[in-house]
Order: sequence, then structure tokens, then C-alpha cells
Amino acid sequence: MPVEEKIIKEIEFGILSPDEIRRLSVTAIVTSDLYDEDGRPIHGGLMDPRLGAIAPGQVCPTCGNDARTCPGHFGHIELVRPVIHVGFAKYIHEALRATCRRCGRLLLNDRIIKRYAILYERLKERWPLLARMLIAVVRKRAAEVTTCPHCGERQYKIVFDKPYTFYEERPEGRIQLTPLEIRSRLERIPDGDAALLGFDPKKARPEWTILTVLPVPPSQVRPSIVLETGIRAEDDLTHKLADIVRVNERLRELLDSGAPQQLIDEHWLLLQYHVATYIDNELPRIPVARHRGGRPLKGLAQRLKGKEGRIRGNLSGKRVDYSARTVISPDPNLSINEVGVPEEIAKVLTVRVPVTSWNIEEMRRYILNGPGKWPGANYVITPDGRKIDLRYADRKKIAEALAPGWYVERHLKDGDIVLFNRQPSLHRMSIMAHIVRVLPGRTFRLNLLVCPPYNADFDGDEMNLHVPRTEEALAEARELMLVHYHILSPRYGGPIIGGVQDYVSGAYLLTIKATLLSLEDVTDVLSAAGYRGELPEPAIISPKRMWTGKQLVSLFLPKDFNFRGKARVSAGIFSCEDEWCWNDSYVLIKNGILLFGVLDKKAVGAEQPENMMHWLIKEYGSDYAREIYDKMFKMFIRYIEKRGFTMTVDDVALPHEAKEKVRVLLQEAEKKVYEIIEMYRQGKLEAVPGRSLEESLELRILDALSEVRKHVEDVVLNYLDPFNNVFIMARTGARGNELNIIQMAAFLGQQSVRGERIHRGYRDRYLPHFRPGDLGAAARGFVYSSFYDGLSPIEVFFHSAGGREGLVDTAVRTSQSGYMQRRLINALQDLRVEYDGTVRTPYGEIIQYRYGEDGVDPMKSAHGKSVNVDRQIERVIGWRI
Amino acid sequence: MASKRRSKSSAKAKNVRRKVKINILEHELVPKHEVLAPEEAAKVIKELGVRPEQLPWIRASDPIVREIGAKPGDIVRIYRKSPTAGESVAYRYVVGY
Repeated sequence: MPVEEKIIKEIEFGILSPDEIRRLSVTAIVTSDLYDEDGRPIHGGLMDPRLGAIAPGQVCPTCGNDARTCPGHFGHIELVRPVIHVGFAKYIHEALRATCRRCGRLLLNDRIIKRYAILYERLKERWPLLARMLIAVVRKRAAEVTTCPHCGERQYKIVFDKPYTFYEERPEGRIQLTPLEIRSRLERIPDGDAALLGFDPKKARPEWTILTVLPVPPSQVRPSIVLETGIRAEDDLTHKLADIVRVNERLRELLDSGAPQQLIDEHWLLLQYHVATYIDNELPRIPVARHRGGRPLKGLAQRLKGKEGRIRGNLSGKRVDYSARTVISPDPNLSINEVGVPEEIAKVLTVRVPVTSWNIEEMRRYILNGPGKWPGANYVITPDGRKIDLRYADRKKIAEALAPGWYVERHLKDGDIVLFNRQPSLHRMSIMAHIVRVLPGRTFRLNLLVCPPYNADFDGDEMNLHVPRTEEALAEARELMLVHYHILSPRYGGPIIGGVQDYVSGAYLLTIKATLLSLEDVTDVLSAAGYRGELPEPAIISPKRMWTGKQLVSLFLPKDFNFRGKARVSAGIFSCEDEWCWNDSYVLIKNGILLFGVLDKKAVGAEQPENMMHWLIKEYGSDYAREIYDKMFKMFIRYIEKRGFTMTVDDVALPHEAKEKVRVLLQEAEKKVYEIIEMYRQGKLEAVPGRSLEESLELRILDALSEVRKHVEDVVLNYLDPFNNVFIMARTGARGNELNIIQMAAFLGQQSVRGERIHRGYRDRYLPHFRPGDLGAAARGFVYSSFYDGLSPIEVFFHSAGGREGLVDTAVRTSQSGYMQRRLINALQDLRVEYDGTVRTPYGEIIQYRYGEDGVDPMKSAHGKSVNVDRQIERVIGWRI
Repeated sequence: MASKRRSKSSAKAKNVRRKVKINILEHELVPKHEVLAPEEAAKVIKELGVRPEQLPWIRASDPIVREIGAKPGDIVRIYRKSPTAGESVAYRYVVGY
């Protein structure tokens, strides 16, 4: 259906007047019954057919369209007594306070009104914000007046009892104002005065905030659903409207029969309640209107509000076609910018391809394969816009009829560009473009190196995939969103893509001096990496030709690449300050040859700015970077695969001697803690400046205990074999750290909740196993056992208390940071950097005179700085050797 | 009357505050502000390609604006210390409320 194209320039909101509501309406609703005995909708009921055709095949009696094209038509309910619209109650209150109760004029004298009116007219166009402030001033000034300057009437205080009751504080007492009374007062406000109160009298007269006629939305807005049992279930709004009609009709009868005023008021109030909850069913101080089953009914406001509401759920965010979601799993054989797509999904997601004389044969093949066989096609679109479903068509005939100018909706195939996303989408690397590889299996496959930007692991994570379908979207995805354009993160100006876990251990084990590889090993490792080229001269020629891992790494480095820097393993007894050092923990690359040092997390890891990979990417481009990530990193895991790498309990077993030393150290610490406590008891403890005596005690104890941890660390690490599996992982940064080793091998240490030693539980003690008031290390959560030895039952309780706090913290942090993210995005989303370097809003208002005050693009910077001077000097002049 | 009030402890605190008159221009956290001459202001506006009200606003009642004697309609130049750029220059449009 051709639709006229129109552009919305502006939107204006106003209040419907009773007349407008009646003019909109196709029928008055006068009965709360919906259907007659035969199940046909009643005329004048809430399901009146004139309100719009909903059943397929039904013709709308109002507009003559069928169910698909009928837009729906409003009805109305004539309320026999006016009620307050709860959404406007606040403005009603303001209008009542600022105007005279008798003559309806604004409570300011004519001269002031005139002056304000002129000022308001002037401000309205150019300074809308100031105009709004002026109105606030007018309201405030007028509300303070006690005698009307126009008619001399004494004014009383109007009390607003939320959500919809108004009182007037007269000398004789508090009198409730009926909506009828309020409405007649609002009617008396002249147009000019209303404008100064913020009402635009043409679109929103004050008295229109009181409902005398209620619009009834079309049946399309509140469709009834037929359950499997054949019973009709009506929409919440229909139920609510039926309540309103019922009470309205009852009230009409009472009025006609001259019932006692009290009974009438009771029903009037009930009508007010129903209309209020129809609009908003989450009003404060008002019982929530419920379904028979006890479920709260959804009011109009509930449909719009909140995350799942119309605005956030259906307008800002929609469910889309051409998307897929499934579990992810790793595949190191894919390139970093590829994604493995299951055949099942590739057969559902389609790309619309125009048929040309160059691809017509290929398209014919797809059509003949059809929707069931990959690679096939699901639909064909003829030049006159007809869409043929290949499931039901004669595919041979269509393939023959195919000609340039047709379109084919073909299956996703290798080489297509798709967008890949993992929630939460916190930064732009959460959605990147990948190249499709259709694979067997039922999961999306991705290279492990792209786990850090998505923050993905494979413990059941799911990811989403979207197929861009226009040429523009495709081009943008390919040129801007492909993974290798996102290796450098704009967050901190360094590579966010890089090795984790086994990549790091693998790189380290391959490049240590002890690794020598035979010809067989070298060919295997290099062919896994996809290296095609000459082998270098072996490092050892006799008795057997052997190559070092450093030689293999050098094969992938550019021939003019120079780099020097400390390795991550350079710490404590293994540290190196320069290349003249036995520990091999200083990386030196000259002319593309790894001369010295080992590769570890600092060199190949993710999120490590200003390291070897960072300079490689910056200086040799993203295409080269992708290649090195695909090849060299593949070599690292191939090597660790061949060598074998694991971890056993024995890796954290300490010899007797070491255990004894640890025991002595702990004993000393315990003694020291008791000494401190003794000093405290005798009042000899000196307070830390700014702390109470108790706090000082805690601090001193924590100090003593953390000191013992340092001593134990020194002892334990000395006893561990440097090539112990766990120690390798901790040193290279592949997984875990020194503290974790201590906790496994020596002792767990102080458990804490809220940064304090654990003390809550029983009175003056955590568990009944301790004496009340015991301040000793053991009684306050110091765990002497290691994971290797096992914890005592009491220690387990301390440990789980600390562990629980960690879980709660992460849960709280994610929800808080999620909300912060949402608010930041809402505040900043439309800002952009203009060509002159300023940051501006779409209206041209300046936010920053230069982006970041220095105009540096953090993604193209060296860890936040525009240039790393040292690196540039190194590149130009090189260095000694 | 005045002497009586001064003897009360709460009034005393108020009084002390009134006595200690500090020059905010000398405060470490107050960056250097200066009022632009009309010609210069016009030049800045032209260079930035904005209408004056598209600049960030500063109230005429702001203490620093009072101190340097800027009037509504003036443009104020601010030299700020910046962690990224060392020193950065910003402009603000003085508004009269």
C-alpha cells in the first residue's frame, strides 16, 4: 500500500476539551455489559463494533475498512458528575491557589499582570527556559496573596490531599471542594490570566483538567483474547472502563431518583476512584485496583511507564528480524574477525541479493537448493515486488524464469558480514562485525582472543547476531566495525584484544631459554600457525639441529621492529633492569629478532597498554595485527598443547621445612597480636592520630597480620620450583597471583566483612566457640589453615562470611553501575566532536572548547598521551648493541 | 541590641564568618577569569562560529563574576588547569539571573 511520506517537524501536546472528545467519539457508552446472550457485542457497550473492526473479515461500520486497515475509533462516556484527572491534580492545585475563588482572576493587580504578560510574550520565543521560570514566579507571588485585588474577596488556603482531594481552609473549618466547584472556579479564569499560569488557553483551558466526558479508546487498544478453553478474557482497560460505566449509570439513577446526598457523594467518590485508577493504578495512598485473582490491573500510565513500558520497551528498543542468539563456544582455528555460525541458523537468516548477469548462475543454484538445503534461498522477489516463498513454489520453474532485476533472499554463507554482540553492551567493542563461517554444530564459535572485548567466557554465555541488509549498513560494518579495527580500545589507548590464560603460559613456555625444538616440532608448530617461508638457521647445530622458541617468534615480527621493556615475570628474585641479566625477564627485540627475554602477559596479554603488541599494532597497522593474532598466537597454544600443561595438588605442597617456618611465623604473629591486645587492655596502647583506641587496636592487629603474610610469601615463593605449574601461571599473569598461591599452600589469612575483622554474630563473639570479648586473631576471622591442609569447621564459617560479602558486592555493583551507565548515556548521547575540535550538542551549544581539552583521540593515542616521546626517539635512533 | 546579640554563641560564629573576608581571586581552586573587551568578545564568537547564548552560561550573581565586575552580556575567559592539556581556555557567557 503506497503511503504518503511526511516529515514530522514538531509535536505539540494539549488537553482534549469535552467538546473535542464528543466530536472524536463515534458512540456514547451507556452499558457495562459487553456481549448479549448470543455472544454478540452490544451496541453502546464497551465492545461496540463501531469502535473498530478487530476480527479478521469483519468490516468496520464506521470507516468501512477491514480489521487490518481500520485504525479504530474512539467512543465516550458522559460522566454524570465531573471527576478530577489525577495526572493534572498538581496543576489544578496551582491554578486554584493563584486565582480568586470568586472572580477567577489571577491574584495580582492589573498593572503587574500586564507587565508580566508583556515580559512573558517576549521571553516565550527566545528564552523558553526563562519563560518557564517566570511562570513559577507568577504562581508563587499570586499564591501568597490573601485578598483579591480585583473583587476584594478574602482568599483561603487550598489544601491538596494527594492524589485527588482538595480542601479549603475557611474560618468555619476545613471544607472539601467538589470537582464541580473546582471546575466552575477554573472556568472563571480569563484566558490572559491562564496563560500567565502556564496554560495555553487555546490548547489547554484550566477547566479541561476536570473530566466531564471520558474518551473510550478503540477496541484495538484493548483487544480481548480468546483462551484455548473458548472463554473470552477482556483487557484490563476494558474491565476498568466497565467499572466506570457501571458506577456512572448507578450514580445517574441515584440522581434521577433524588437519593440522599450522602449516598450520592459515596458513589461520586467511587467514580473518582475508578477513573483515577483507570489512568494510573500505582497512585500513592490509594488502594490498588485488582483483578478477581488478586493481580493488580494495568492502568494507562502502567502501559507507558518503565523498562517494559511503551516508551522504553517498544519505541526506544524493539525486537528485530534477521537476528539470532545461541550459546557461544571457542574455536582457536577461526580468525579473530570470523564467527562460526551453525548451519541451522544460516538457513534462516537471509541476505537479499539483486540478480545480475554475473551472479545469475549462482543464484539459480541457491534457488534449486531451496530453503531446506544449505546454501540455498528462502524467497525470490520479482521485479514487480511480488515475494515468492520457495517452500511452496516450483523451484525449477523459478530458477529458469530468473533474470537480472530480480532479488533472491539467499542463505547466509561464508564471507558475509554480520554484527556480533554480547550483553551488557557497555562499550563500542560489545558490538563488532565478523565474517561468517558456516560450521556444523549448534553454537556460535569465536576466537578466544576476542573474549576480552566482549567480556565473554564459555560457561554458558549466549551472544546475539544481526545481519545488516542494506549496502550502506554492510559498508559501514565492513569498514568501521570489523574486529581488527577495534584492537585498540578508546577506553585507555591500548590493545583490548590479546591472549588470556593458556596463550600467556604458552608464549612464556615457548620463549624461555630451556625450550629447544627439533625440526619435527618446529614444522608442526609453524604449520599450525600457518607460516609459509624459510626456516632460520638452527640455534644448535650439533648433535641435533634444534631451534629456540625465540627464533620462532622472531619469524612473525617485522624486520625493522625494535622494542625493549620489562617482562611481567620481572619481579622479586627474577627481576631484570636491562638485558645484562641472568633472569631472561627483560624483553629485547632488535630488527625484528627477539634477542632476549620471555613473552608473557605484559607482551601478549589483553588490556596491556604500551607493550610489544601495542607498538606492533600502532606501527604496522590493523591488518598486520590481525595476521599476527591469527598466526603467532596460534603457535603459542599449539606449543602448549604439544608440551602439555596442567596443575596438580603437588604444585602447592610445601616441604616440611617450609611448613615449619610458616608455622613459626604464624606463631610469632599470634603472639604479637596478643601483646597488642594486652597493651590495649592495660591502656598502654597509643592511638593512631584521628582514630579511637578501638580503631587503633584493629589497625595495629591488621598490620601485624598482613606483615606476616609478606614474610610467609617470601618463604613460600623461595621453596617453590620456578617451573612449578601454578607458579608459572601466577608469574606470567596467565591466571592467579602470589596471594592465591599462599592461600593454597600456606594459610588463608584474615577474612573480612566490610573491611573489618569479622565480629558480628553472637553477642561479643562471632561463634559460640569463642569466649565473649575475645579479640584474638583466631576469634576474629584469621584462618591459619591453607586450602592444601583444609579448613577447620570454624574457619569455614569465617571464610564463607567473607565469600558471601563478595557475592553481594558484585550483585550490588552491577545494578548500580548499570543505572549509572544508563544515565550517562542519556546525558551524553547526542554530543559530537565538530570539525573545529569543539564538542557540541545538536543545537550547536558548546560543551568543550576542545575535545578532552587536548583534542587527543584516546584510541589513536599512546595510553592517553598524544605521543610517547621515548618510543619515537627509540624508533629513530635505535640503541647500543 | 547589637552588642547583646554578639554575646550569644550562635551569633558569634556568624559574626566571625563575616569578619574573615577572603579574596576568592587568590584561592587555589579558583581559576583565572577575565572579562573580554567587546571587540575581543566579537572575535571569539566569530572564531567559534556560535551565538553568544550557545556558550556555557555563568550567572551574574556568581561570586567570581561579581569579583571581576562582569555584566550580563559579557563574555568571560577562563584559564583552567587541565590534567590532559596543562592549561585550557574556556569562555562563558554572563547571563542576568
